[in-house]
Amino acid sequence: MILLPVLASLPALAGIIRVSPSGPIRSIKQAIEKAKPFDTIIVEKGIYKEGTIIVNKPVYLKGINYPVIDGENKYEIITINSDQVTLDGFAVQHSGSSSYNDIAAIRINNARKVTIRNNQLDDTFFGIYSQHAGSCLITGNTIRSYPKTELGSANGIHCWKSDSMQITNNKISGHRDGIYFEFVTASSIRNNYSHDNLRYGLHFMFSNKDIYDNNTFERNGAGVAVMFSKEVTMLNNKFLSNWGASSYGILLKEISDSHIEHNDFSRNTTGIYLEGTTRIMVTKNHFNGNGYALRIQASCNDNTILQNNFTGNTFDVATNGSLVLNKFSRNYWDKYEGYDLNRDGVGDIPFRPVSMYSMVVERNPTAMMLFRSFLVNLFDKTEKMLPGLTPEGLRDDQPMMRSLKF
Amino acid sequence: MYMKKVIKYVILDILKNRIMIAYTVFLLAISLSVFNLEDNNAKGLLSLLNLVLILVPLVSIVFATIYVYNATEFIELLVSQPLKRVNIWLSIFTGLAVSCSLAFLVGCGLPVLLYAPEGSGLMLILMGLLITIIFIAIAMLASLLTRDKAKGTGLALLLWFYFTLIFDGLILFLLFQFMDYPMETPMIIFSSLNPIDLARILILLKMDISALMGATSAVFKDFFGTGWGMSISLLILLSWIFVPLWWSVVKFRKKDL
Repeated sequence: MILLPVLASLPALAGIIRVSPSGPIRSIKQAIEKAKPFDTIIVEKGIYKEGTIIVNKPVYLKGINYPVIDGENKYEIITINSDQVTLDGFAVQHSGSSSYNDIAAIRINNARKVTIRNNQLDDTFFGIYSQHAGSCLITGNTIRSYPKTELGSANGIHCWKSDSMQITNNKISGHRDGIYFEFVTASSIRNNYSHDNLRYGLHFMFSNKDIYDNNTFERNGAGVAVMFSKEVTMLNNKFLSNWGASSYGILLKEISDSHIEHNDFSRNTTGIYLEGTTRIMVTKNHFNGNGYALRIQASCNDNTILQNNFTGNTFDVATNGSLVLNKFSRNYWDKYEGYDLNRDGVGDIPFRPVSMYSMVVERNPTAMMLFRSFLVNLFDKTEKMLPGLTPEGLRDDQPMMRSLKF
Repeated sequence: MYMKKVIKYVILDILKNRIMIAYTVFLLAISLSVFNLEDNNAKGLLSLLNLVLILVPLVSIVFATIYVYNATEFIELLVSQPLKRVNIWLSIFTGLAVSCSLAFLVGCGLPVLLYAPEGSGLMLILMGLLITIIFIAIAMLASLLTRDKAKGTGLALLLWFYFTLIFDGLILFLLFQFMDYPMETPMIIFSSLNPIDLARILILLKMDISALMGATSAVFKDFFGTGWGMSISLLILLSWIFVPLWWSVVKFRKKDL
């Protein structure tokens, strides 16, 4: 019994090959050629320019003090074609770029159980690209690029037709999309910091049963987009300062049976934008200082907005029609002016979070310039007493008197 | 030399004025209670914004108009002395402006500095001051348009009503009439035609920046948000002081007392 873990780690006892600029083996390619499966290749500090390195056997590649692997702005740098490869501690830089090939700094191709750990990717086209991969761990990498246009750039971590991926503790900036998922299932995205990307911090397409939690998405061109997916769980994320005409904390399009819980939406032009969503639970989130906390299109149904805090938003909820098939309950709205006679913490009169002027602005955005003027305040007050323009059904019947603590 | 004396006299006279004291205390009471009642300062500032946009211009214009009418005999006395009319008029304006600004600073500025000394708070104080002085300048002009005190006060009220409500109503009407056309640039020009609107937009840029970044309103951010646009807006606000004042000076010089 005691020997079991030792036996299990036997592959680690396999040979060690050293690569260094001065040593007998000077190139990583050469080392991979010589290596037997489950060998360790230790790469000393230096600059390696070897075109495309193809890893076609299960080896453990370990960089000491971040040896530089340079793609000279021409090549895809590392292609992993084998299961159980580990790539640890490299500085991978200057990949090629192309408008018709998906050139990546590190590509995982048709492989399982690959680990990409603690690498520094700099000036790359696609950062880490996985296709037909499974059970891979991508962790602790810093991925940075300096693109100028959306067309001339690609995604930081790009996963396509993969499953059971774990993407944790990465820092991604300056790409088109920070993290891109298409047809990826049963995966998790955790503790990443995706910021200052040209388009989305995280982009989800046709990816079901995934979870993303504890990530921070900041100052991305268009925030985070989750589209055409089912059973996505979003927990404890921060969506900060996504500013712009079509910029959202989260853009949800055709999503169903998903959970949005304990997230923090601050200073976004729009906190959450919902279009064609079904059975989404939005609960225990903070919406603070957003232009619009929620924009719910009339095409959404059966969504529940429960126990959230809405503070300091210019508009709490905006919508584009009069049909409301969603439920608002027990939220705290700082604009609520009702009373609580029986002192149970729940306001006695319902709150209508859609202000009349947000409907006006929806139709004529330039009218935003008159916002907070005496005239507009009068309009809003009148509308509160006699609702005419705002959807009658959109109301919180149990607004909380005090902000909720989670 | 005598200008200083007149200014000093006017300031002391106004500071002793019961209405001015009541105005200061009222502002102070509202500001303090607003900040103490609301648990976040942003909401407090929002309530004060309404105060600055509605009450401050009202009090400034009505008080200044009535003061000038009540001071008719005093002004006649000064004019009979070997003093320049321009200087007499400007000293009265300066006295009014300084004392009303002082009242605003104590009543509204102090609480804001205490509770919300951030960008939007400071902008609110600056705009409040400018609005006070602008409406005093407009009042000086209005009081010269008619000899009758009741008519003059009515005119002041009408002007206040126009700047706070009617003007915005007209703008909203135009916006919807010309909905199919790009209205951003005309809107920037329109807003400079009303000091209250201009002040409100400048405060809005600090307060609701996230919402303003959306849709077409980003155009306003691009204009008013830059140092250049900001200086232009401040210049326009200053010209809202100097143009009515200069006009009233011209009128006062020719006036048959």
